[in-house]
Amino acid sequence: MKKQWYDYLWILSLTYLILGFFNIMFAWLGLICFFVPLLISLIKGTKGYCNRYCGRGQLFGLLGGTFGLSRKKDIPKWMKSKWFRYGFLIFFFAMFFLMLWNTYLVFAGARDLKEVVTLLWTFKVPWHWAYHGTLIHPGAAQFAFGFYSVMLTSTVLGLITMVLFKPRSWCVYCPMGTMTQIICKIKDKK
Amino acid sequence: MSSIRKKRKAFVEQADCVACGCCVKVCPLGAIRIISGIMAQVDMEKCVGCGKCAKECPASVIAVKEVTA
Repeated sequence: MKKQWYDYLWILSLTYLILGFFNIMFAWLGLICFFVPLLISLIKGTKGYCNRYCGRGQLFGLLGGTFGLSRKKDIPKWMKSKWFRYGFLIFFFAMFFLMLWNTYLVFAGARDLKEVVTLLWTFKVPWHWAYHGTLIHPGAAQFAFGFYSVMLTSTVLGLITMVLFKPRSWCVYCPMGTMTQIICKIKDKK
Repeated sequence: MSSIRKKRKAFVEQADCVACGCCVKVCPLGAIRIISGIMAQVDMEKCVGCGKCAKECPASVIAVKEVTA
């Protein structure tokens, strides 16, 4: 099968993660990974993003498949159940809104900017070396720290399940994947 | 010899499919596709039951089974 341009989008995903180590403001670019899949599912009613363009999925496929960093075992049954997938989506959403709330607090001046990246919603990792001030408002930086936390956390989870199960195990419980599939189901019923 | 020939085909447990499209990427015959972003569907005419999709499927919801042709 001939490789297409979109088969190399994993390079962008990797670059994104690396850029966050140098300047946290690059984290804003991650919004593309939120809006593009939603727009494709809303407009076209397909999971075209997952199927073709998802660089993160490609990265897991490459590391777990080509580089063999995966046990290639079946994912546990509960992890592919609707309970877990929808539950994880709700949890992810809740954490996302909490992050937005923290951003709002900084914008409103009620709280100071915290130069940390929160891994797995728990571990606060100092990240001051990637912050060099912002021209706009510290709130914009707070969002960047929060959003990068979301992206790094999901990458770490994805890497763990990649090693334990199949390369793209993340795709089974990816909140964006679950959400776009729900949108497609609703659109299809209409 | 029996005249019944056994063929192997891929079957998708569609209720558990997440429509990620990993199977589509590996199918050498283009015999599997994602319908309406909901689930994968196998074209029984094209499928030769090689099992690449089953191996790739991150949710392991594809199984290759023997069918009587």
